[in-house]
Amino acid sequence: MILEAPFTEEKLRKLKLGDVVEITGLIYTGRDAVHKYLHDGNKPPVDLKDSIIYHCGPVVVKEKGEWVVKAAGPTTSIREEPYQGPLMEQYGIRGVIGKGGMGSKTLAACKKVGACYFHAIGGAAQVLAEKVVKVSDVHLLNEFGSPEAVWEFQVVKFPVVVTMDSHGKSLHAKVENASAKALAQLV
Amino acid sequence: METKVLRSQLLELIRRTSCELPDDLIRALDKSRRKEKKGTTARYALDVMRENVDLARDKSQPLCQDTGTIICYVDLPKWITEKQFQSAYESAVKTATNKGFLRQNSVDSITGENSGTNLGPGSPAIHFHQASGKSLGVRMMLKGGGSENVSCQYSLPNNKLGAGRDIEGVRKCILDAVQNAQGKGCGPGILGVCIGSDRGSGFVAAKEQFFRQLDDTNDDKLLSKLEKKLLKQANTLGIGPMGFGGETTLMGIKICARNRVPASFFVSISYMCWAYRRNGFLLTESGKINRWLYEGK
Repeated sequence: MILEAPFTEEKLRKLKLGDVVEITGLIYTGRDAVHKYLHDGNKPPVDLKDSIIYHCGPVVVKEKGEWVVKAAGPTTSIREEPYQGPLMEQYGIRGVIGKGGMGSKTLAACKKVGACYFHAIGGAAQVLAEKVVKVSDVHLLNEFGSPEAVWEFQVVKFPVVVTMDSHGKSLHAKVENASAKALAQLV
Repeated sequence: METKVLRSQLLELIRRTSCELPDDLIRALDKSRRKEKKGTTARYALDVMRENVDLARDKSQPLCQDTGTIICYVDLPKWITEKQFQSAYESAVKTATNKGFLRQNSVDSITGENSGTNLGPGSPAIHFHQASGKSLGVRMMLKGGGSENVSCQYSLPNNKLGAGRDIEGVRKCILDAVQNAQGKGCGPGILGVCIGSDRGSGFVAAKEQFFRQLDDTNDDKLLSKLEKKLLKQANTLGIGPMGFGGETTLMGIKICARNRVPASFFVSISYMCWAYRRNGFLLTESGKINRWLYEGK
């Protein structure tokens, strides 16, 4: 399944739990420092309406005056749970890419604004870096350092799985409940 | 040995550790792939991981962007001092960071400032031991933040788990840790465990288990049995690769035991993600690599 920019509510509402999706368009990286910064009331450095935020602290180096992505897999998303839902609602963020899934607050925000949580494969930094065709800009680099900056990535066919959809379903909640039951049998 | 030679050999060790998954892990990953049915999300995740392993090696770029805490164990022979080694190693770490083999991963805990070089108080971490032979032995590990964050320590007895001060109690702690790690550490994972010791040394010993070959057998019969039993039980939890659900939740468990004081009974559990980056070599005084420690077999 293909998801191309612009990332409208209509397109995101169509996606369902378990869909393997390839994303094409502009996405922004953002992780711990940026989420806290925005939640504290600071102005976003980019327009977040209909945007996709990627929980990623990439390895980026400058070669011949150009930014080159050397590795760009997802980081653990749950750390942003206190901030993500409110920011999605405030700015109309349409999707989040990360790993490990998020909690009930984010799931409720996905349902409300028409957004999805996309799971990228953790540790697959090269497969994912190959899909970043261009780094168009970077923000807050001096303030937060390279892994925590907001990088603008042009991606083509970036592979992810929908593990939380806009209809209130979460694969993470499902697996966690099932494994808790299996664990109870063992202890 | 000339400092220049040592620096360049250490740079190569860092490059390989960051960009190449060791052979024992590749075998384990392939075994996991065979267990997951085609068309499942679990199989998809493992296929992407496998593709990533080849791509990282071919492009000579990091397997994972989180090149983690840089941990190194050194067996130091008489022909080199700790200071000489440290200076060459830190210079190699700096170069590896500039070249993109390592991410800028060293942050001042008070000011939040990133040093940009991976150098700073306590980083990189070096553990020195005296070598028994003439070679300089260097083993290193890059341990990502996601996997470090889910590492944990239990103090027995634990009422919540109904875990007492015995092997059965230890077993309950380990399975509980696997359940809690889901979705945070990138699975299928590997556990390094230390039963006993104090809080600090226990974690060090647990992490040292990751220097064992994944398919080795524990010399201690009881611990060997426990490792096998727990691996089997953990894989019935159904957490699966990346927590997508599936057959392989863990690829290995390595357990050691250390004496404790009568009042304490800790179980220290270190989680390693599938992107298990560790390597090592033996270096002669002339600067030649005698042997890579985790290749082949």
